[in-house]
Amino acid sequence: MNPAIEVKNLGKTYGSVTAIDDLSLTINPGEIFGLLGPNGAGKSTTLRILITVLKPTSGTATVLGHDVVEEPDTVRSLIGYVPQERAIDRFLTGREHLQLLGDLYHLPKAQATQRIQELLKLVDLEEHADRTAKTYSGGMKRKLDIACGLLPNPKIVFLDEPTLGLDVHSRLRIWDHIRQLRKQGITIVMTTNYLEEADQLCDRLAIIDQGKIKVIGTPKELKAGLGGDSLSLTVKESQLDKLDRLSEGVKTLSFVRNIRTIDNGLDIRVESPEKSLPAVLEVANRIDCQVDGIEYHRPRLDDVFVSFTGHALKGEYPDPVEE
Amino acid sequence: MNFPHYKQEVLALTLRWIRRLSREKFSMLFTLIQPMLFWLIFFGSLFQRTADIEVLQAPNYMSFLAGGVVVMTVLNNGLAGGVDLLFDKENGFLERMMSTPIHRTSIILSRYLFVMTITGMQILVILGIAFLFGVHPVTGLLGIAVILVIGMLFGIGLTAISLAMAFSVKSHGDFFSMLGFLSLPMIFLSSALVPLSAMPGWMQALAFLNPMTWVIDAVRPLIITGWEAAIPQVAIALVILAIFDAICLYGGAKAFEKAIG
Repeated sequence: MNPAIEVKNLGKTYGSVTAIDDLSLTINPGEIFGLLGPNGAGKSTTLRILITVLKPTSGTATVLGHDVVEEPDTVRSLIGYVPQERAIDRFLTGREHLQLLGDLYHLPKAQATQRIQELLKLVDLEEHADRTAKTYSGGMKRKLDIACGLLPNPKIVFLDEPTLGLDVHSRLRIWDHIRQLRKQGITIVMTTNYLEEADQLCDRLAIIDQGKIKVIGTPKELKAGLGGDSLSLTVKESQLDKLDRLSEGVKTLSFVRNIRTIDNGLDIRVESPEKSLPAVLEVANRIDCQVDGIEYHRPRLDDVFVSFTGHALKGEYPDPVEE
Repeated sequence: MNFPHYKQEVLALTLRWIRRLSREKFSMLFTLIQPMLFWLIFFGSLFQRTADIEVLQAPNYMSFLAGGVVVMTVLNNGLAGGVDLLFDKENGFLERMMSTPIHRTSIILSRYLFVMTITGMQILVILGIAFLFGVHPVTGLLGIAVILVIGMLFGIGLTAISLAMAFSVKSHGDFFSMLGFLSLPMIFLSSALVPLSAMPGWMQALAFLNPMTWVIDAVRPLIITGWEAAIPQVAIALVILAIFDAICLYGGAKAFEKAIG
């Protein structure tokens, strides 16, 4: 299977400032691929190179086999782009936006009219199609943005921060739309600085920080890569001498990956939470060790992010100045 | 280049500019009437009796001023020609358009078509109002056609300056400061309001270097003197405009390439 997008050693510098550095990744057809990172990490730069509005300073990128620098027009005719919010002309109606884009994609009039009707229905904007965009709510603008990105019937859709600044309800609606697109076989490339969004929506994601890719994988793989779910077990003070024997016993269990002794207990990394909890307790019972407490913790993408970048991602409070 | 595609893009983009303007009814009204009301009628009437017709070399101040107001309108429209693209650049609309398979120049061309059409209409309205106040262009309809051509040629360079500014400034605050800084001195340091002969020496020298002076000096005789006086002035203006436009278009193209490339 040919990759949908192939990026090799891509770099972009502005004078002495490096926006992205030696970036390589492959995006498969039909997947939702996320670029996750804080503002200024280089996600948008990467996206803008892929949609041909920015030229890289080094490396290459191909979209469906077409080089973004050598054949920009071919690339442009194959992709749809949904910029960050507000890329809307407040004086035009929803329908007029789509009509304009229909002409920019050179659709014949009849075909455009039909396509516009389909899209308005898809994003649920039929009723509001003939009102100017200044009367639209944030969620409606976003839906119009998405309809605009889908107008050319693209093979690949690029979304830049699709839910930035939206309320929870609208966010869920947009996620639904994006999943619908994948069902139709469209490849989705999106940037986000929301961990939850990356986790829930993306099939695979690349964590980008300071212009470099830190890690690529499925959210599940990335989380599993941390050593699996963790089980923290503490024992009563009087039982501390039994801790070594407990550790020995737990070590023999097949689903245990790693054990670390902590202050008054054990930190156990396990593969399967269902079996591990009763089995560990059984070992404790057998050696007559009284357990004080046991806590189960499933690693979140936050943990992955911290472990690869060395800092937390404050997705809820984006800092717009940096990018 | 695929011509039917190019035509489709340019027409759609031009239609968008027209729609934007027509939805901003107040803005449209003020853009259209401001030069006539403020400059031609108020200024013209106010200075009618203080102006010395010997110095002006014109029947009265308003007839002297008419040519100046026509060119001032071209100046203001041209220099404001990049504003909409500036907003498009800031809110991402430009990027959206650039991610579609359009020819890079169609956005610029659509902007020109729009600015030139509006400017042409405004020139005709100004001359019409002046007509009602008794200013009858002596060279007739052909003269008005020449005025339109000169106005358009000046507008080409000015719009290029505005587009270059729009593509290179960091924020729209910078853009409007620069606009204000350029526009009024261009008017006062030209022959729009008084003839060069009535200016202090240093202003005369600066006005002499201002292309706007040469444009006005070609338009004015077409309104108040006649072909004989106008033809040499028009010829000089055409040469100056050719140079002016070439420089502005070159600079504009560079700025565009830098911003888009």
